[in-house]
Amino acid sequence: MNPSRRITLTASALLVVCMLSSALVLRLADQMRPAAPLQEVLYISSPKVLKRLSLGYDGLLADVYWTRVVQYFGSKHYAGARDYDLLAPLLEITTALDPRMTVAYEFGANFLAPKPPDGAGMPQQAIQLAEFGIRNNPNEWRLYYDLGFIYYMDLQDYKNAADAFERGSRVPNAHPWLKLMAALMAEHAGEIQTSRMLWTTTYETTPDQNVRANAAAHLRALQVDEDVTSLEALVSRYREKTGHLPDSFPDLQAAGMLRGVPTDPLGKAYKLAADGHVEVRDPDDLPFIQKGAPPGYVPPLKPKFLPSD
Amino acid sequence: MSTRIASIASNTFREAVRDRVLYNLIAFALLMSGAAILVGQLSIGIERLVVINLGLTAISLFGVVIAIFIGIGLVSKEIEKRTLYTVLSRPVQRWEFIVGKFLGLAGTLVVNTFFMAVGVFAALYYVSRHFQMADGWLLVALYFIILQFLVITALALLFSAFSTPVESAVFAFLLFVIGSFAQDLRGFAAMAHGATRWLATGAAYLVPNFSSLNVISSVAHEQPVAGSLILSNTAYALLYTGMALCGAVLIFERRNLK
Repeated sequence: MNPSRRITLTASALLVVCMLSSALVLRLADQMRPAAPLQEVLYISSPKVLKRLSLGYDGLLADVYWTRVVQYFGSKHYAGARDYDLLAPLLEITTALDPRMTVAYEFGANFLAPKPPDGAGMPQQAIQLAEFGIRNNPNEWRLYYDLGFIYYMDLQDYKNAADAFERGSRVPNAHPWLKLMAALMAEHAGEIQTSRMLWTTTYETTPDQNVRANAAAHLRALQVDEDVTSLEALVSRYREKTGHLPDSFPDLQAAGMLRGVPTDPLGKAYKLAADGHVEVRDPDDLPFIQKGAPPGYVPPLKPKFLPSD
Repeated sequence: MSTRIASIASNTFREAVRDRVLYNLIAFALLMSGAAILVGQLSIGIERLVVINLGLTAISLFGVVIAIFIGIGLVSKEIEKRTLYTVLSRPVQRWEFIVGKFLGLAGTLVVNTFFMAVGVFAALYYVSRHFQMADGWLLVALYFIILQFLVITALALLFSAFSTPVESAVFAFLLFVIGSFAQDLRGFAAMAHGATRWLATGAAYLVPNFSSLNVISSVAHEQPVAGSLILSNTAYALLYTGMALCGAVLIFERRNLK
């Protein structure tokens, strides 16, 4: 082997070794260094300054910030966090950089509004975001829908929800359900059917797979809540009639109060507990249920969605 | 006259290709394919937006960098290599040399932009699986980006006619940054009083207004661009380019090359 070739080979081998070793050392250093403080820093918090620094390429910077929002919310949500300090400022920067990015208002409001662990528990900031979105995109009916949704679901403010749906119904090409929603708010605001209609609209109109899965899970949860309420009412009636609680659902069948063993939306039979409460068999498969969970049940941090959703 | 300008322009184009300027297309291709594939996994609902914003921003910035760094050497490199004397010893006017150099670099940038635009449309098709009528507005944004290149190339050439390459690069880059703040400068002028107002207004009209040539964000949201804006931007960019080129010719005509 001539000297030049030997040097080339030695240098190449050394280069590869050094590269791999440096990557390994960096990996070790990353494990030693606490990651959290790095995540919680917003180096430039002023949307105006950032817009100027973008030199006119604010659209791309907005995309970067929106990706940062998704990553921030996703990682905190996955870790079961209850504080989302940077979420609202990050969304403010994203929408200031690109006020027409409707996806940031739609998802952003739904990240902000729900109570932890489903969201950041900041419904007022979610409303501000949605209103800012409406001011900049007055013809986007989905933003009015999102606003009404937050008022209804997270604040139980039916008057403002009705107002938001009504405003949205006047937008050209608005979904016809908005008018119906506005009317429903006035008459049947707190009823389960109204919630079902809202989630059904979300399920049918969203183009996003994740939102559809979330809506499907909420619809199943509403079905469970309704089933458990009516089954427990039957159990109470049976008790009034016989003076004791039924041992199982066949007792209710025998009394002519049920036609068969009732099943949850996933096709699994409900359980009748000894104290007369009705429970689902796999609460993990039915996230967001208000009723039917076994006593002391702690829901998983990440809601389980079905592949079929 | 036109043959001589065309010869200088084609040589400038060939020199740029020989200098591996078009290698930036590889970086661009990697950037676009990476963005198209990765962004769907990192973000929500902005695949199309990212392809357009990233694609057009990259075309613009890559082009600006090429225009500045090639433009500043167009004259000084010829002097340094002493090839300028060979050219000017022939029946070639100094102004023809400047205009030919400008057209050569502008042509390089147009070819470069064409290939990048093909890449953007391919990535857009990959993420959307179809084209729509509104995608036609991207062509307007690309046209404005080319107008931006014309202005910057002319400015780089202007600075290159009287200063060193490093100074020219600094001047051209600073003007690009200031030009991107042109609207703010006008806003500042409107708020100022007295002499400051006149100075700020003068500066606002003197620096190139790049902000009106940037419609990337609008076309990404399928917003149409008014025909009057296309006309006025075309007229503005051509006039500003002409102004900078005239300046370059005037300086170069009087420059002592001995």
